[in-house]
Amino acid sequence: MFVGAVFFPLLGACISGFLGRWIGDRAAMWATVVCMALAAGCGLLAFWQVAFGGQPQTVPLVTWMDVGELEFAWALRYDTLSAVMVGMVTLISTLIHLYSIGYMSHDATPSRFFAYLSLFTFMMLMLVTADNLVQLFFGWEGVGLASYLLIGYWYEKESANAAAMKAFIVNRVGDLFFMLGMALTFHVFGSVEFDTIFSAAAAKADESFLGLPALELIGVLLFLGACGKSAQLGLHTWLPDAMEGPTPVSALIHAATMVTAGVFLICRMSPVMEYAPLALAIVTVVGASTALFAATIGCVQNDIKRIIAYSTCSQLGYMFFAAGVGLYQAAMFHLFTHAFFKALLFLGAGSVIHAMSDEQDIRRMGGIWKKVPVTYAVMWIGSLALAGIPIFAGYYSKDAILEGAIAAHSAAGSYAFACGILAAFLTAFYSWRLLILTFHGAPRADHHVMEHVHESPAVMLVPLLLLSVGAVTTGFVFAPYFIGDLQAEFWNGAIFNLPAKHMMEALHHAPDWVPTLAKATALGGIALAILLYGVMPRVPGILAERAGGLYRFLLNKWYFDELYDRLFVQPARRLAVRLWRVGDARIIDGLPNGAASLAAGAGQGAVRLQTGRVASYAFAMIIGLTLFVTLFLLGR
Amino acid sequence: MNAAGFPILSLITFLPLVGVLVILSVRGEEAVVASNARWTALWTSLITFALSLVLWARFDKSSPEFQFIEQASWLPEFGIAYIMGVDGVSVLFVLLSTALTPLCILASWEAVQSRVREYMIAFLVLETMMVGMFCALDLVLFYIFFEAVLIPMFLIIGVWGGARRVYAAYKFFLYTLLGSVLMLLAVIVLWYQAGTTSIPELYEFDIPFAMQLWLFLAFFASFAVKVPMWPVHTWLPDAHVEAPTAGSVILAGVLLKMGAYGFLRFSLPLLPEASQYFAPMIYALSIVAVVYTSLVALAQEDMKKLIAYSSVAHMGIVTLGIFSFNQQGIEGALFTMLSHGVVSGALFLCVGVLYDREHTREIARYGGIAKIMPAYALVFMLFTMASVALPGTAGFPGEFLVILGAWAVNPWVAFGAALGMILGAAYMLLLYRRVAFGRVTRDSLKGLLDLSPREHAVFAPLILLTLWMGVHPQSFLSFFSATVAELVQQHQAAISAGSRFAGL
Repeated sequence: MFVGAVFFPLLGACISGFLGRWIGDRAAMWATVVCMALAAGCGLLAFWQVAFGGQPQTVPLVTWMDVGELEFAWALRYDTLSAVMVGMVTLISTLIHLYSIGYMSHDATPSRFFAYLSLFTFMMLMLVTADNLVQLFFGWEGVGLASYLLIGYWYEKESANAAAMKAFIVNRVGDLFFMLGMALTFHVFGSVEFDTIFSAAAAKADESFLGLPALELIGVLLFLGACGKSAQLGLHTWLPDAMEGPTPVSALIHAATMVTAGVFLICRMSPVMEYAPLALAIVTVVGASTALFAATIGCVQNDIKRIIAYSTCSQLGYMFFAAGVGLYQAAMFHLFTHAFFKALLFLGAGSVIHAMSDEQDIRRMGGIWKKVPVTYAVMWIGSLALAGIPIFAGYYSKDAILEGAIAAHSAAGSYAFACGILAAFLTAFYSWRLLILTFHGAPRADHHVMEHVHESPAVMLVPLLLLSVGAVTTGFVFAPYFIGDLQAEFWNGAIFNLPAKHMMEALHHAPDWVPTLAKATALGGIALAILLYGVMPRVPGILAERAGGLYRFLLNKWYFDELYDRLFVQPARRLAVRLWRVGDARIIDGLPNGAASLAAGAGQGAVRLQTGRVASYAFAMIIGLTLFVTLFLLGR
Repeated sequence: MNAAGFPILSLITFLPLVGVLVILSVRGEEAVVASNARWTALWTSLITFALSLVLWARFDKSSPEFQFIEQASWLPEFGIAYIMGVDGVSVLFVLLSTALTPLCILASWEAVQSRVREYMIAFLVLETMMVGMFCALDLVLFYIFFEAVLIPMFLIIGVWGGARRVYAAYKFFLYTLLGSVLMLLAVIVLWYQAGTTSIPELYEFDIPFAMQLWLFLAFFASFAVKVPMWPVHTWLPDAHVEAPTAGSVILAGVLLKMGAYGFLRFSLPLLPEASQYFAPMIYALSIVAVVYTSLVALAQEDMKKLIAYSSVAHMGIVTLGIFSFNQQGIEGALFTMLSHGVVSGALFLCVGVLYDREHTREIARYGGIAKIMPAYALVFMLFTMASVALPGTAGFPGEFLVILGAWAVNPWVAFGAALGMILGAAYMLLLYRRVAFGRVTRDSLKGLLDLSPREHAVFAPLILLTLWMGVHPQSFLSFFSATVAELVQQHQAAISAGSRFAGL
């Protein structure tokens, strides 16, 4: 069961990828779906047994490397933290596979797509069940590869290729720090296995490395790694571009699973992070800034998927600052609920795009809500959950995070709370902007498109409906376990909180005005969006013109891409050419080539001396003799 | 005798020469001779490979000693003997050489049409020299093999190479020879000092520190060119570009390992204090190699040149690992040498597949290959990912271990080495994107055929090895550990004993 949950997707990927050409596309697609369903069965069973049965265990597979003191194996570690992720990933991935059957039905090579999708799921599962940092890194890089392949799935499009490369390379920047973090971990702990690290963390709390506290440095390095994968401020630039991939990909990778790997890493490393208060403060500040920053951009984007992408980026910021103030449980809870409603939103957006004949620009949509009622309804549910409206899933987790930020009683926590509240307002605003522009108002698409607007087939609607069930229920059903009274038994030691900080108790004693304020801001955001786009649709245009500078600043995503292009990409390219043409060709090769031509020149000069005239030779001999005698006499 | 019961190392070394004799004795029409030469070479190399598997099976991994030792007196009055033997450092490189040779012969099956007989002879002679070099346990014997490798390679590049083959062949020859002359001096000095050229005996011999410094520099001159280290690397791109595909495979797969092997066989155990003394210089050169050549690779327009530059970067990782003087670093370096032998060899074969069809290596002439040759695209993707050290492929364990080892020396050195992760991804993905992705714009590309059965046969073992080395590297690392542990321990003992020189 434990092994099956992880390896069934790999089996599916192999069947679809290698045999797809022989068994046909339909068989390949359904084979992966069946494998995923089996994995989900195993995954949910494992979740039940581990989280509610309280039976964590580790399944060792085979030694990976054993070099000197360094020794680790391939193993599947199932504690509550992994089990939550395994259950969630397998379930959502199954739904997304199912949805893809409908969505990719007109594609030329669906078996390749399904192979990638299953491969991705396998890698993600390896990531979450890792029992050492290196296996986690295997999954980490593996999902990077799979996302590279999936983003660049339509490889005939130049923009898709560029986005895929960007995703991989920006992720690699984070991976570099992850790698160094592993090196330092090994240096400090003499091991990369979680059990050894966690039990030694308290003892190593005062250890220093190069004059810096070692655990703080590990925390910062691993967090920088997490920034890459989880698209935090600075390394977020790949995520919006990654929307070049087919929509189910966006749902699976860029909402539900891969981008949350960074949050998972921080929670997994909680026994170490707890002894690194400064690193946690950095996590809090960066997370909070990302939450706000991404939300501001989300307000002005026009591509339906990009809006949701920035929203993902922003929600990840919430998860990070929750972890940063020490509320790993709340971070995981938000990760869990977010997976459902964000996958729902992405798949809903996919359904809209499908209906609108592949149009993604919300300025050319509108007035379609009666034609796609189910999609419309599920988008509402997703948005309500995202905005944190009571009884929907997002409410429980986001509220806990905001309360926790206040309860932390630290400067970073207060900053995070301020950013979080502002971002919550903007989140509600852009969600309803999207809803209104997409579904309401006068139709802005041309009539050919409008005539073709249709509801998606059942194979796409069923996953949407199931996900919306999740988006409604996961909040109140799981709140007691993740963050409520039952949390200690539920987590069963998978997450470590420094007892001195009392974060879990403090969470429940947050001031009463916090949830009220959170609800009020969300409603305020919704009201403003309805006012601006529903009631007075001309105002946004005027506003954009009045505040042109700000609007362009936001529209161009704070000019991060341009900045990086100037700072890194262009100089690297210029330097590359210069090193090659000047460094290699002129200087390094110039010396031996110069020496060679010098030798050749000297040789030719020597040839000229040998004229063959006896008189010249005799003359030279006389001069030589004279010189020799002179030297001899002088030297005596 | 030894564990195998018969002189196996000599047999592996000289069996290819038997194949050469057979090929030489064939007479008849040109086509018949060519076909015979191909089959003879293939079978000879396959039998050699099968024989070398005995080493894999019978090698005692728990012992750091030399094994399968053969000894015969050769020039007793000079203290020079014919000694062969392998330890954990060299045994897998013998296997790498014997494994790559049949693949190279298979890869040249149709690509080489002129002077087939001579070509096959050159390859078999090359195999003898390579294997001999890894097995030789006498300094003079080693030197002979080490230098003799140059001759067949020089001919392979100079006769069957591309348009600028003569320039490239001379450059290759002169660069490597220049370093070797200095090494010959070092060999003579060692012989004078110790009175023997037997490597195991030399290991026992204490060399004064001042002498170590000079000897180190002399050996360094030779090995650094072979590795190649920056800034003596420029012969490599030219040699690769002009060499035929199989030549590139051997050049990248085995010949580049000779320098690093030399460092491990001579510089570290014989000259421990000098190695320690010069280590910072090696770190600097290695990191420059990683960053500089990765950037240069980014600017390349020629596929082979790009991969050649990436080889220099990978070799920077190797030298870094060797001179970290710890278990992780050295085992990582050895693993990187092996994996690079497989992966870069495979990448050159990938280029060769396209070159055989389109007769150009210019990146801009391709695009959209993934659509036309899906199986090829998959293979190429696998090796691209192995080259960027994706965990689960052969490239990862080595790079990971070297970074771990380098961190123990100095975190900034580790950082420099890790920069290669980003740059490596950039140039390899750029190559892949420009070759395999995008729209097919050239009509000539549309008719390309996917991999032939022969090409499948060439790639299959390499794919298998790449995944095996990634998923279960332990089966390879276990060969190294005893020998490397011994080496590290000896090194530390020598350094602490020689701490009287620390003030220097």
